[in-house]
Amino acid sequence: MNGDSASRRAVMAVVRPATSGGEPPRSRPVADSVAFGWRALLKIKHMPEQLFDVIVTPVMFTVMFTYLFGSALAGSPHVYLQFLLPGILVQTVMFTSIYTGFTLNTDFSKGIFDRFRSMPVWRPAPIVGAMLGDSARYTVSSLIVVAIGLAMGFRPESGLAGILWSLLLLDLFAIGIGWVFTILGLLARTPSTVMTLGWLVLMPLTFVSNIYVDPATMPGWLQAIVGVNPVSLLVTAIRDIMAGTVTAEMVGFALAAPAVIATVCVPLALRLYGRER
Amino acid sequence: MTVDSSLAIQADGLAKSFRGSPALAGVDLRVRQGSIYGLLGPNGAGKTTTVRLLATLLRPDAGNAHILGYDVVREPEEVRRRISLTGQFASVDEDLTGRDNLILLGRLLGFRWSAARVRATELLDAFDLAEAAKRQVKTYSGGMRRRLDIAASVVRTPDLLFLDEPTTGLDPRSRGQVWQIVRALADSGTTVLLTTQYLEEADQLADRIAVVDRGTIIAEGTPTELKASVGRDVLRLTLRDAGQRETARDLIVGQLGRRVHLEADQRVLAVQLSGSDEALPILDAMARAGLRADEFALGTPSLDEVFFALTGHPAEPADGESEESALEAHR
Repeated sequence: MNGDSASRRAVMAVVRPATSGGEPPRSRPVADSVAFGWRALLKIKHMPEQLFDVIVTPVMFTVMFTYLFGSALAGSPHVYLQFLLPGILVQTVMFTSIYTGFTLNTDFSKGIFDRFRSMPVWRPAPIVGAMLGDSARYTVSSLIVVAIGLAMGFRPESGLAGILWSLLLLDLFAIGIGWVFTILGLLARTPSTVMTLGWLVLMPLTFVSNIYVDPATMPGWLQAIVGVNPVSLLVTAIRDIMAGTVTAEMVGFALAAPAVIATVCVPLALRLYGRER
Repeated sequence: MTVDSSLAIQADGLAKSFRGSPALAGVDLRVRQGSIYGLLGPNGAGKTTTVRLLATLLRPDAGNAHILGYDVVREPEEVRRRISLTGQFASVDEDLTGRDNLILLGRLLGFRWSAARVRATELLDAFDLAEAAKRQVKTYSGGMRRRLDIAASVVRTPDLLFLDEPTTGLDPRSRGQVWQIVRALADSGTTVLLTTQYLEEADQLADRIAVVDRGTIIAEGTPTELKASVGRDVLRLTLRDAGQRETARDLIVGQLGRRVHLEADQRVLAVQLSGSDEALPILDAMARAGLRADEFALGTPSLDEVFFALTGHPAEPADGESEESALEAHR
């Protein structure tokens, strides 16, 4: 009984001062989003196996495709690598963006989201914060692909600056595209549904593109599809950035699709997030 | 309708259905500021739905509610600034450490990083969690998790705290600790709305209790008033032979003229007495009629008996209408 009354006194001591804390808190868009971003990073720290997927797959693809197809498609693996690496960067970021939906879906089904939703938190903050965390993931996996590429002989004309600009463009693109998976994450009943549906979208989007093969070798109808695929537009822009020949127009093309997606999906995602569950 | 902003909770005619099956059918509540209010009822009675409506997580189909004078539907943001919710299931992040959970909530409540860290340490010490501070919550025991849950709700002390079944599944010692914490919070001026399945808990903690059954409030008052209305003393008999239960019931009904509650155990029956002095004559009469009791006990009514007394039916959720299954279906 003594222990109990001690705990009562201890609790009272920490509860009292806060009551006189003045104005109740308000939502703060930036601070709230950053807090959720921090949470996403902590989750990665506690579950590094999440990163494993994101790291191993792109490394595997880079090494495998370079040596498998290099000689046949471009005369030598070295020449092919210069062509392939920007594409692999895009593919990596696309594959990683599924995790946005996957983690949100896992999260929303938990009791802690009841707590967040009953707090004076900026409504989109959990989603925006998750995207900040994902950006960290994109950057890590892109850097690893670049490092592997450099070790294998990838030499961009525009040097370090080209790599950094490419990473920035990739991040912007992924944040825009990520809203599709956010919506999927909000709609799907289970995380594995998100994965399955996500792959259904991503597979054709990444393979029917100019990542692996020069579209000039494809039949005309396929060239038409590949030409308008947003993934191809991004790959072209990244290749040009790496080659030092990029134009503002090209970057505009690359960012058009994610901009449109974000414009349509952000309000929808917020509606879905706000509904009862 | 006039809104009394001196009330922590004012709800009128709250109703809510999930996919056509009603979870709440017109609930009125008046909760005074600074008090502990208990919602008492079995699983599926509508307690959690009530809490979720008041905490702005659900919208009522009908009726309205004001928290500290703010409308839960029209001014949810103002409501959220003043409440904390400790849900029935883990309302902390299991993947994070206890300390990081509290820092995160501190940040979301407007603390600077340094202040959030100081506050986290303070709370971990006070809630007896300092040693587990750097462990992931998924490694915590039930009692530790519950203390962290509540600590998470008072990172900034709210004006109104919702505790949904704070002690369900806890061992007696952990339950005692949670009770002390709830009392401390009330002493500090926070209004607490707690839901519970345990009459004893409501009796121990609450200033007023509403008994909830099948989506409506069937009784309301102070614990003393409620128990007086039910009858304070309950005599519970365990017969040697289940086959004699009908006979025993008839005998007791004949003697007291009161309803006798037949419990799930085929050998057990219970009856409310107006005083403990009624017990001996019953045992006496039973002995004379050759009815053998293995055990008898005189005590306060259980929730089951309160329900039986108030409603005439046992405290079991109707099939398929439990709150959880309704919520599940909704998801």
